[in-house]
Amino acid sequence: MPSQKNPDDRIALLQGTLDLLILKTLVLGPCHGQGVARSIQRRSEEVFFVDHGSLYLALQRLEDKKWISAKWGVSENNRKARFYSLTAKGREQLVEKTSEWERLTRAMGLILGSSPGPSSEEA
Amino acid sequence: MFKRTRSTDDFAEEIKAHLELEADELQLEGLTEDEARRRAHIAFGNVGAAQERFYLRDRMVWFDNLLRDIRFAIRQLTKNPGFATTAILVLALGIGVSVAIFGFVDAALLEPLPYTNPSQLMSVNESSVESPRWPLSYPDYLDWQRMNHSFSSLDVYSGAGYILNNSSGAEPVQAERVSGGFFQTLGIHPMLGRDFYPGENRPGGPNVLLLSYGTWFHRFGARRDAIGQTVDLDGRAFTIIGVLPHTFSFAPGGSAEFWVPINSFSDHEKKRTFYTFLGIGRLRPGVTAQAALAEMNPIAKQLQLQYGITGLDLTASVVPLSEMIVGDVRPILLTLLSGALLLLLIACVNVGSLVLVRSESRRREVAVRGALGATPARLAEQFVTEGLLLGLLGSLAGMMVAAGIMRLLGSLVPKGMASNMPFLGSVGLNAHTAVFAAAVAMLVVLSLAATPMLRLLFLEVHEGMADGDRGSGSRFWRRLGANLVVVELVIAVVLLAGAGLLGRSLYRLLHVPLGFDPSHLATMSVMALDTVYKSDEQVIGLYREIVRRVSSLPGVQTAGMTSMLPVQCNCATDRIHFPGRPDHGEHNEVDERHVSPGYLPALRAALVRGRYFTEADDPSHPRVAIINQVLARKYFPNEDPVGQRIANDESGRPSVWEIVGVVDDVREGALDVEAWPAEYFPINQTRQNNFSLVVRTSQDEGSMLPRLVNTLHQIDSNLAVSDETTMTEKIDATQAALLHRFSALLVGGFAAIALILGVVGLYGVIAYSMSQRTREIGVRMALGAQRSSVYALVMRQAGWLTATGLAIGLVCSIGSSLLIRSLLFGVEAWDAVTLSLVAFLLGFASMAASFLPAHRAASVNPVEALRAE
Repeated sequence: MPSQKNPDDRIALLQGTLDLLILKTLVLGPCHGQGVARSIQRRSEEVFFVDHGSLYLALQRLEDKKWISAKWGVSENNRKARFYSLTAKGREQLVEKTSEWERLTRAMGLILGSSPGPSSEEA
Repeated sequence: MFKRTRSTDDFAEEIKAHLELEADELQLEGLTEDEARRRAHIAFGNVGAAQERFYLRDRMVWFDNLLRDIRFAIRQLTKNPGFATTAILVLALGIGVSVAIFGFVDAALLEPLPYTNPSQLMSVNESSVESPRWPLSYPDYLDWQRMNHSFSSLDVYSGAGYILNNSSGAEPVQAERVSGGFFQTLGIHPMLGRDFYPGENRPGGPNVLLLSYGTWFHRFGARRDAIGQTVDLDGRAFTIIGVLPHTFSFAPGGSAEFWVPINSFSDHEKKRTFYTFLGIGRLRPGVTAQAALAEMNPIAKQLQLQYGITGLDLTASVVPLSEMIVGDVRPILLTLLSGALLLLLIACVNVGSLVLVRSESRRREVAVRGALGATPARLAEQFVTEGLLLGLLGSLAGMMVAAGIMRLLGSLVPKGMASNMPFLGSVGLNAHTAVFAAAVAMLVVLSLAATPMLRLLFLEVHEGMADGDRGSGSRFWRRLGANLVVVELVIAVVLLAGAGLLGRSLYRLLHVPLGFDPSHLATMSVMALDTVYKSDEQVIGLYREIVRRVSSLPGVQTAGMTSMLPVQCNCATDRIHFPGRPDHGEHNEVDERHVSPGYLPALRAALVRGRYFTEADDPSHPRVAIINQVLARKYFPNEDPVGQRIANDESGRPSVWEIVGVVDDVREGALDVEAWPAEYFPINQTRQNNFSLVVRTSQDEGSMLPRLVNTLHQIDSNLAVSDETTMTEKIDATQAALLHRFSALLVGGFAAIALILGVVGLYGVIAYSMSQRTREIGVRMALGAQRSSVYALVMRQAGWLTATGLAIGLVCSIGSSLLIRSLLFGVEAWDAVTLSLVAFLLGFASMAASFLPAHRAASVNPVEALRAE
């Protein structure tokens, strides 16, 4: 059976996070779109579902910004595929976006963790 | 933004690769090949949507659509060149005419006069019951100048004619005498040389003059050393001190070539009751025209009291100089502009209904696109684009038409009149006209875009889809199309009525009783140097020699001389009183003409009583006069004027004249002005160095002119002869005739176009509605309807539209004619003949236009009509 979670348990990606996930995935080495999608899904333990259409548009966007570069190649199972790899500029962005994200999650954690709403207290 | 390095095909390729990779992986996970492929597809979602998003990413969607719409619109137009050409031509005509007329309105009424702070410049004069602009006398001017506080400067000018003597002989020239500060008041500085010095306009000042630019250019070869040279005017040497700039023009001065300071005066001009100088003043900052008038009125009154001027109740008049210059043409220009705008409206309506008809025939296309998911906004965009394109093409063509019309109209204005309209030079495509043109184009585009949008609003998709299968005309079209045609007909009626009234005015004007026979009369103006012809004997000798030599020419019947030709103006007037009657200081103003014995017979002015002048009426005999009937009726109501006497100040000397004859009223003044009382004195008793020669010929008078001029020069080569023309031409060239002819012609042209457009519009509506009802008519005929009843059906529809258009149009045209009342002459705004003619013309044209579709409808073969769909 294909390893797929019940669609209801999956979380739609937050706006803007897809770019970061793509960059992070490509740190490991050049990869094609389908691989990136699989990788994100797998590494998020199937929590994230990547809309493939959005993924390819995001890849195109990143390519337009010159954070990643692309070229056609051949996959390990001998299929033609378009391979993406990080550029130097992309690496810088990855560092920057990661620290941005960490600050965001810390702030979110502070708010959500330290002051739970009154309604949850009662419950 | 436009770098699009990656093609959509490449992107599609990548998605295909993705699906294959995904399917491979799913197959590895144990799915069958087909199932894997299916799952991969499901996981990907909508491939087409992704590709569309890729295509649309950072593209300006609206721009993209626009380009596509324009391409489609161009295809639509080229597919139907007849429609496109008609629409663009009609628009070009409407836009062109209105932009061209606006060009004139702009130049004449909107552009400020070419002087410093022109809004401060006022035409300052006296004002009487007879004339709101009564010239000043020189002593009055000096007092006004001294006493007022409203004007920072006050100056006067007065036209003058001189004989210019140069190497090529004598030539009459136009000049303007001006007071010293004239050019400073206007804010004009000579481009070469200097303005008058302060002392140069005092009595006895030096003979100096300024040249107009054109004179400097043509007569002095634009040489800088012209300054300091002398010019011989009337045998006196004038020193050239300056040249006026190229841009300078002063409309009331006409095409004056020389500008001379007022520093020598005739005996008349020294008198307080000799009104001949026109004033201009520059208001002090903050002073309004009303305030200035309020100050000048008491001054005028006070001077009258102080110097015991009775009989004339003179007040002051202070009106903006621009008002004086363009006041005459304003009503005409505004009328023409309104006419042009109506024409534009009719053109828009016409093209609008063409567009409607087309959108009607494209209902199915629209319905199909709507059913396939095009939003109403997207559909509207398409039609707006088509309107836009049509409007733009029409406007572009309109600009070209406008440029052509402006040049044509400019060249139609005769030269003599053009010199009084300096604004004609600035008519053209400038910033103002461009803005106006853009506004007009925008309106046209909007209305063309709005028409099909209205149409879409009412369109129901299913109705549109079904329409192709049914054959009834859509109710929407019938309603809107019919309303539009009524609008067109109303406008056509208004323009036709305007043209009719103006045309009748022109006819009336040209058929005003002249009191003489203008055909076969050759005229020319002659100036004899008063340094050569000094004594009575010399001048009278010249008169006699001219009459003798001219009369002996073959083809000449009689010849005579006058101080002023008829149908010119009620000017050169005289103040008379009657010896033996109590004089209460009444101001009895009459036209005064000095004529030779042959003049009145040459005009064929009918003698009512008494006799014409004879050669015996010379300085050695008692002074005699002939009066016209108006004078006789006004001042000798119940008695025989012959033998009575009139008295005046002739050349500053009190004189008494015995009336020896009464002639029919020869129209001395303009055609559109009531005949004035007139007196004629023998030229032999008044001596006149400037006069007009009138010759009655038995053959074509125009061809006689060169021989007449030749004869005069044989008598004395130094006689200055000018303005040789025929009497009919002279009358046709008077301002009244020209203005009336101009407006009648133009409005007539507008009306003709409007009539054609309106009738074509009506034809379109009827023909279209019939083509939509072919099936219905077929059914009717199959059921036994007679051809005559089919005719009646069509004609009823057309008749109803025409009658509605006519009824509304006639009411509107009475309103609009009241607005142009000032341009009408001898016709009332509600002139029944004109209005019924218009009604008949339009009704006839409409019926003719609808007869064709009616005939076509009646010839429908019911079998074919029913089978057709």
